[in-house]
Amino acid sequence: MTITEKILAAGAGLKKVTPGDFIECNVDIALANDVTAPLAISEFKNAGGKKVFDREKIVLVPDHFCPNKDIKSAEQAKILRDFAKEQGLTHYYDVGRMGIEHALLPEEGVVLPGDVIIGADSHTCTYGALGAFATGVGSTDLAACMLTGKAWFKVPPTLKFIFNGKLNKWVTGKDLILYLIGDIGVDGANYRAMEFSGEVIGKLSMSDRFTICNMAIEAGGKAGIIPADKKTLDYVEGRAERPYEIYENDKDAKYEKIIVYDCSKIEPVVAFPPLPSNRRFVKDVKDVKIDQSVIGSCTNGRIEDLRIAAQVLKGRKVHPDVRTIIFPATQKIYLAALKEGLIEIFINSGCAVSTPTCGPCLGGHMGILAKGERAIATTNRNFTGRMGHPESEVYLSNPAVAAASAIAGKISLPE
Amino acid sequence: MILKGKAHKYGDNVNTDEIIPARYLNTADPDELAKHCMEDIDGDFVKNVSAGDIIVAGKNFGCGSSREHAPLSIKAAGVSCIIAESFARIFFRNAINIGLPILESKEAAQKIKTGDVLEISLKEGKIKNLTRHQSYSSKPFPDFLLKIINSDGLINYIKNIPNSRDKKKGGVNVKKLQYCCYGR
Repeated sequence: MTITEKILAAGAGLKKVTPGDFIECNVDIALANDVTAPLAISEFKNAGGKKVFDREKIVLVPDHFCPNKDIKSAEQAKILRDFAKEQGLTHYYDVGRMGIEHALLPEEGVVLPGDVIIGADSHTCTYGALGAFATGVGSTDLAACMLTGKAWFKVPPTLKFIFNGKLNKWVTGKDLILYLIGDIGVDGANYRAMEFSGEVIGKLSMSDRFTICNMAIEAGGKAGIIPADKKTLDYVEGRAERPYEIYENDKDAKYEKIIVYDCSKIEPVVAFPPLPSNRRFVKDVKDVKIDQSVIGSCTNGRIEDLRIAAQVLKGRKVHPDVRTIIFPATQKIYLAALKEGLIEIFINSGCAVSTPTCGPCLGGHMGILAKGERAIATTNRNFTGRMGHPESEVYLSNPAVAAASAIAGKISLPE
Repeated sequence: MILKGKAHKYGDNVNTDEIIPARYLNTADPDELAKHCMEDIDGDFVKNVSAGDIIVAGKNFGCGSSREHAPLSIKAAGVSCIIAESFARIFFRNAINIGLPILESKEAAQKIKTGDVLEISLKEGKIKNLTRHQSYSSKPFPDFLLKIINSDGLINYIKNIPNSRDKKKGGVNVKKLQYCCYGR
């Protein structure tokens, strides 16, 4: 069995599963945010729910429109707060402790290797970087899990992506996943588990690994996964709030397809609107002027990302026509950036630094685009109107390119 | 159940940001969401749609965000069914869960044009194009999925099943949740 099949088998209490099997799994963590939880809570109550199945396993993070952007979102966030109190939820993070859910939960040791995780947020697949099975669902599915603690799955076939060779300068996990999505398309992994491996993945930081698994959904993937290794265990140690299990691929594990990449051929990538698959190498981009640069999100808002951005921005000024907004993904990341002097570098360069929030990534608040404006962003989606006006544009890149473009006023490489 | 309405045709990869932009996600009220349905892909959709109409699209309909507000807004706008060449995984589950019928048919997705009048039998998976005198087939809904649709969604379906409540836990008998076996 593949690592995905083994985790699902264990979650279902079975010795063996094969792709196509229908299974019922115990869920280790089920999460929702201020957009998806209000619907889930109302469905939970509509179904006659009184108590959630386990108050330690339901996680609520008001991160999308919080700190509350308007009266309506304040009321949505209040539904979460009231429910968390009423149910005595142990994992509820209000403003001040709140971070972007997919950066926060691994950081706090809430999600762990070997877990079965569902989340009413499509980027729940991020946690696969820990060697867990994690997938996005809707609010009704989440409500059903809040009641029962279980979820049904069809065991997905696995596509294996092997990254070999050596990384070129300024190439990060973001470039690898954008390159891959450009290759297989935005539905290239629909219903499949995507497993990432190879010597390059082994050398990548956990931060880069989270970035890669985060964007599995942008290829339609049901989950992204990287088997746990020493780096994973080092990351988890000291954070894990409960015991966990490490699973490995069997030697005779079966894959639907194996695709091998030679990383020496991959340069820094930018995805043009309106699809994440619309990739080009930055070196081939001519004169695309930008109005805004956004560095942050569940995809690229970790401390390693901020260090890269600071390395490019240090001692330089952002272009006078560009608004540059930086979003440390959690309070701990914000504090680390402060202690390391990164915040000072950003402010001296003319960047705005925000409290953690999903903010402009989904066109929520804190950096919305006007008609005809263009942003480069380290976020995950560049769909039509994603960051604001339907006639605005989003280009996706890694933090170094977003920082360099902020300085140049157009899409550029750091050098 | 027989559904009848006129077609509104779109291309591949219609995503949930286009179906209901995040700027309207500060509410979960279906009627509010319906006012902005498809706004970023077709600003005239809400003006043109009539009760019973059918959305027809290409590959990977509903990709992107897991927001259940997307199928909710489509349903509340009066759409009776979506036909696409294929659906993104999360959208598929969400649509069924809220009682919005969706059908996969490559042939229908390719041949139907905006304005065509369609008649659909969910039980048989038959799509009749009354304008072009054509008919297309798709995989029929299995019984339990038809029941979820007819109950107006999963939660109502669970509530309507006798003895589905586990009184001790105040929850729902998980055996009744096998709807997911449709395979998404």
